[in-house]
Amino acid sequence: MSALAHVPAASGQSSAPPPPPRRGRHRLLPYLLLLPGAAWLFVFFALPLLQLAAASLYDPAGSLSTGYALTWAFGNYPDAVQAYWPQFARSFLYSAIALVLALLMGYPLAYAIAQKAGRWKNLLLVCVVAPMFTSFLVRTLAWKTILSDNGWVVGLLRDVHLLGPDGRLLATPIAVVLGITYNFLPFLVLPLYASLERLDPRLLEAASDLYASGWQAFRRITLPLSMPGLIAGTLLFFIPATGDYINAELLGTPNEYMIGNVIDSAFLVRLDYPQGAALSFLLMAAILAIVFGYLRKAGTEEVL
Amino acid sequence: MGGKVRERETPAGDLRLVDLTKRFGIFTAVDDLSLTIPQGSFFALLGASGCGKTTTLRMIAGLEEPTSGQVLLGDRDIARLRPYKRPVNTVFQSYALFPHLDIAENVAFGLRRRGIRSVDDEVRRMLSLVQLDGYERRRPAQLSGGQQQRVALARALINHPQVLLLDEPLGALDLKLRRQMQIELKRIQTEVGITFVHVTHDQEEAMTMADTVAVMNAGRIEQLGAPADLYEYPATAFVANFLGQSNLLAGEAAGPGGDAVPVSAHGARFAVPRERARLDRGPVYLGVRPEKLHLVDSLDRVPAGHQSVAGVVSDASYVGVSTQYLVRTGWGSELSAFAANTGSEVRFPVGASVVAHWNPRNAFLLPREPGADADRTSPLLDEPPVGALS
Repeated sequence: MSALAHVPAASGQSSAPPPPPRRGRHRLLPYLLLLPGAAWLFVFFALPLLQLAAASLYDPAGSLSTGYALTWAFGNYPDAVQAYWPQFARSFLYSAIALVLALLMGYPLAYAIAQKAGRWKNLLLVCVVAPMFTSFLVRTLAWKTILSDNGWVVGLLRDVHLLGPDGRLLATPIAVVLGITYNFLPFLVLPLYASLERLDPRLLEAASDLYASGWQAFRRITLPLSMPGLIAGTLLFFIPATGDYINAELLGTPNEYMIGNVIDSAFLVRLDYPQGAALSFLLMAAILAIVFGYLRKAGTEEVL
Repeated sequence: MGGKVRERETPAGDLRLVDLTKRFGIFTAVDDLSLTIPQGSFFALLGASGCGKTTTLRMIAGLEEPTSGQVLLGDRDIARLRPYKRPVNTVFQSYALFPHLDIAENVAFGLRRRGIRSVDDEVRRMLSLVQLDGYERRRPAQLSGGQQQRVALARALINHPQVLLLDEPLGALDLKLRRQMQIELKRIQTEVGITFVHVTHDQEEAMTMADTVAVMNAGRIEQLGAPADLYEYPATAFVANFLGQSNLLAGEAAGPGGDAVPVSAHGARFAVPRERARLDRGPVYLGVRPEKLHLVDSLDRVPAGHQSVAGVVSDASYVGVSTQYLVRTGWGSELSAFAANTGSEVRFPVGASVVAHWNPRNAFLLPREPGADADRTSPLLDEPPVGALS
């Protein structure tokens, strides 16, 4: 080590010595580079967040026309929970079910693309990402057509008696969960793909040589080695899915409304800013709690 | 060959390949291969890359399914068993250690998969066999190449397989470490008494370690035998030049002729003892190893009974233990001759007229393709370099 360290010094003496580094500027440079991003974050994230925190503590009796007063009304929080806990629960339930469905589809898909697709790999990746080129709204509206009462999906399910003669998919929890699954699937597949793509197939051969059946090789080698992608994908799927309100709005009814819909209407319809802000903070807190619990449980210090 | 299994008593653990063939599309990687590897032996499959040796190994391991033929372990055909059902383990060329498990768990992997709970003592014993005591809690990435190689070995050996397969296990190590591991592997093989099947392209490695070497070329075995037999009496021109280096003179044999087969080459007459001749008439190569070709300055100095060729020294390289000469013959071929630097020999400068002579007992006679008229006096250019006298 020390011998290596001497080499550049020795060669530096023989040729012209490099100009001494200007220390002061070097030390400041990283901060200068950070400045634009930090300013952006401050103006468009930190300040609004503070504003939102303040709004959540406004006097709930106020309104846009009469004006709001910051009365440190902590009661807004329990009130919001009491009024809307079903929507809270529904948000987590729907996104959890959607996550399970997405994992069942997404893991094999990511594995197939990463390990088995050969020269089709790039084409398949494009297929996964392609829907993103149209707007979220348009895609969800397309699902409205696909699941409509006179669409072929419902027709088929009626023919095989999985649905009753006037059974429907649209405006049911099923439609909302399917919509969420579809819309956020790429966020799960892409990080998983990145992890699985790095998996050395020779490790699976070695496992198989060492008495591991196909399932055991998956359980002991593939799964642990794809954990970083699995965790990242799960979070990228679950966090936006829980706060989503488009799917419930377009594919469901008020009976399927999730917390996102409530926050949306609190701000834009009912104009109840204190409640909307309190619900937003509660959602954020709940998701953060779940994420930290999950990361602790998954136990991958490499991720954090 | 016709797919018959020879009726013969085989000890329980002999590994036998019978008419084994593997085709990938139209390419035949392994072509009707049959051989027997006795239990407890150290067997090397030697060949250039692409000769089918690794495919053969993978068929024994179960990572590749044969197109046809059998892999018999004792009397059991294991050719169609899944790899995890075979009493065979592999040390992979890339080691393929599991990066997310520590060394102890890597080594214990096979035992755990077979439902064995208490593995600690066995793991410790194995790690000490490969001289890695105390490395249990390290990760593979924290180990050097040589250490990883030894972990891969321990991970395979802990399962007490009937056959251990080694796929170029020393390929990624530097020369010094490779020598050390060759000795180590040999020691461990003697200690555990398991059949080792070792695939390599390094002729020196094969000869140092194995009891029996099979030289493979284009999916077939060119020759099989003890390293010394292969070297001293190669069966084909390929073996003669893949295993070390040979001077092969194209000639015609006009036998049979009593104790010695008469050969005419380039207008001169030679003779090779019958027991050193693979055939006694038709196109042949007359072969002499460079270290068995001696140089003198005139014909009178050629010992009685030796045969000789006259020429001019065209190159002389001093390489420490020996001097390697190239001698240009009257008909334009260059013969290679190694003279050991014993301190009492005469050195010949470039341009000196010399006579190269050899004892006929050290020559050998090989079959030659009728079209191949040129001498083959240098190693095949597309083969890995040969460490002949180093």
